[in-house]
Amino acid sequence: MSNNNVTRRGVLKSGTVAGAGLAIPTIFTASSVAAYTNEPGAGSVKFGFNVPQTGPYAEEGLDELRAQELAVEHLNGMGDGGMLNTFSSKVLDGTGILGREVKYVTGDTQTKSDAARASARSMIEKDGAIMITGGSSSGVAVAVQALCQEAGVIFMAGLTHSNDTTGKDKKANGFRHFFNSYMTGAALAPVLAAQYGTDRKAYHLTADYNWGYTTEEAIRASTEAMGWETVNSVKTPLTQTDFSSYVAPVLNSGADVLVLNHYGGNMINSLTSAVQFGLREAQANGQNFEIVVPLYSRLMARGAGENVKGIFGSTNWHWSLQDEGSQAFVRSFGTKYGFPPSQAAHTTYVQTLLYADAVTRAGSFAPCAVAEALEDYEFDGLGNGKTLYRGDDHQCFKDVLVVKGKENPESEFDLLEVVEVTPVDQVMYDPAHPQMGGAEATLGECNNGA
Amino acid sequence: MDQIIVQILNGLDKGSAYALIALGLTLIFGTLGVVNFAHGALFMMGAFCAVVTSKILSSSHKVVDETRTDFLGNPLEVDVFYMQDWFGETAGAAIMDWAVPLAILVSIPVMILIGFIMERGLIKHFYKRPHADQILVTFGLAIVMGEVIKYYFGANPIQTPAPEALSGRVDFGVWLGYGPNAIVYPMWRLVYFFFSASIIAAVFAFLQFTTFGMVVRAGMADRETVGLLGIDIDKRFTFMFGLAAAVAGIAGVMYAPIVSPAYTMGMDWLVLSFVVVVVGGMGSLPGAVLAGFVLGIIESFASMPGVVNLLPGINQIIIYVVAIAILLIRPRGLMGRKGVMED
Repeated sequence: MSNNNVTRRGVLKSGTVAGAGLAIPTIFTASSVAAYTNEPGAGSVKFGFNVPQTGPYAEEGLDELRAQELAVEHLNGMGDGGMLNTFSSKVLDGTGILGREVKYVTGDTQTKSDAARASARSMIEKDGAIMITGGSSSGVAVAVQALCQEAGVIFMAGLTHSNDTTGKDKKANGFRHFFNSYMTGAALAPVLAAQYGTDRKAYHLTADYNWGYTTEEAIRASTEAMGWETVNSVKTPLTQTDFSSYVAPVLNSGADVLVLNHYGGNMINSLTSAVQFGLREAQANGQNFEIVVPLYSRLMARGAGENVKGIFGSTNWHWSLQDEGSQAFVRSFGTKYGFPPSQAAHTTYVQTLLYADAVTRAGSFAPCAVAEALEDYEFDGLGNGKTLYRGDDHQCFKDVLVVKGKENPESEFDLLEVVEVTPVDQVMYDPAHPQMGGAEATLGECNNGA
Repeated sequence: MDQIIVQILNGLDKGSAYALIALGLTLIFGTLGVVNFAHGALFMMGAFCAVVTSKILSSSHKVVDETRTDFLGNPLEVDVFYMQDWFGETAGAAIMDWAVPLAILVSIPVMILIGFIMERGLIKHFYKRPHADQILVTFGLAIVMGEVIKYYFGANPIQTPAPEALSGRVDFGVWLGYGPNAIVYPMWRLVYFFFSASIIAAVFAFLQFTTFGMVVRAGMADRETVGLLGIDIDKRFTFMFGLAAAVAGIAGVMYAPIVSPAYTMGMDWLVLSFVVVVVGGMGSLPGAVLAGFVLGIIESFASMPGVVNLLPGINQIIIYVVAIAILLIRPRGLMGRKGVMED
């Protein structure tokens, strides 16, 4: 006769012990299965290039895509290596990343936040992208950055200039190489004061979205600190093409400077309207009327044609820079595509290399390990001189270029001239600066996902 | 007061573009009964006729300048314009400068041809189909046309300047007794307004004073009876489609210096033009023109800084608000006829 004393308590105890025993191997070896979102296999790793291929910023987006494809070629050991040869870090050797071939998928953000999120989500969930990069609009960048944070992948922002991307809306999984509105204001205002004097009255036309607001705020703060007065500011719809109704009242508003907080097609059209209404030849308050375009790009300058001559603005990078890194990139890109790269192309190329470099230095694709490798990382040789990826807000700090439309261009690409390289110290700010969302804005916790 | 006059001028300018597009839409709807959502794309094609003409007239060959280098450090290839080779520097430059007015001559046959191809190749198959099908197929066509333009010309707007002689400003205020520079208005925009008014007048005169126009008007009123009289009304309506395409195209050509052509401009204008047609009254040509100018002026006033700062976003919805108000008071639009789109 056997003693069969099976009790309810006994079953629970045994079950708990057995369950824990069975679970132990998976708990401790979970990382070997999926320690983080889209952990790559041994053969290859996949990047997600999420750029506007349609919509108002499509021209910039397509140039970003060209540069990203070039970066992948260089990482895989094809082509001339581009800026891998000039990069201060030497861990990338053209054999992929950590022995894996780099592949990529592309998505079209359509310059719309919802489309960009859908596209990024698809690349992460269906294609297994380990990192998302790109975007030519701050609204899109902020939206995709938040998605990447939730999904547990790294977001290497492309062309996004709003303070919010690494200010109010910064995220632990997001990193920006491009400069921002605050830096533009800090670099541009002293040059404007030197050129046009401190007794000026400005009128702002501002694109009615995230980037427009922070750029206007930054330019107003910097120019008012120099003694300028802001007489009016008007929000203009992003879809606006004919700006005549907005430009016509400017001349009789008491202003003697028009600041166009517009980018891409918006800027081309608003500047065209301003020139049509004779603002460039006008006089106001006993001075020549002036126009300022805070954020310039060569692609925009080409669209605006003759109208950009002599107009001041700022840019993140320009192909005419003579440092080794810029020269290597221009040579590589120009040989492949037949024209020089834009600032949008440059920043996404650099972001792709920086991500690959961080993974290699960290020895892991885990987002939090990569983030740690990028934080407070100093580098050089990528076209902007010595650069710091600040850990507090994941914003790159480097010199800022103040440019103006060239009076006598020598070729169709020779549209902007660099008038000043503003040292990084002049554009540095406290991470808790009010324009960056103040002390309440934090990066949050890094997310490995999975 | 000076700002009000400037906004009226802006409104007339914008309204004349609305009126031209709406006129073409109404012609097509009135004759063929087709709701053509590709009409904005025809306006865009017209603007790109100006771009293409400008590019053709500015075509060049390369000459290597050994003294200068390009961005890769190779000897610089300098553009030498054929026009200046063939006609001398001054005459060649003048021809290139007048590219936009010359583009009108190019655009008329090109747009009529595009109109014929569209009507014979696609739209005629949808005459007896519901309006929803017509909207879907013409909307799809508009997307295809936009993407084709983007493929060849890129996504950014392309600067297409007016001739130097017409690029200046008119001191409008002096004419009205104001001081100098009180009301300064771009000359090309005035040219656009007067040009549009002439085209509208020409279309009305064509319909009113020619036998062809009389038959078309009769066909618009009672297609069946005109057919029973032994007149091939379909052929004439096909011609009207071509004419409507040409009107949209010319409107686009002349608009190119005002807003730089981009592949998106067809869609930008399409919805507003349909609102203009509905407000004017479906099938009414004078209604389309009247509504075009009225809505253009109202939109300009709504974009004044004082108004936008008082009611943010009003400039983006004002046309729809006014359209709703007008349709509540006059459900057939300003000059709509009984029985149109009411079956």
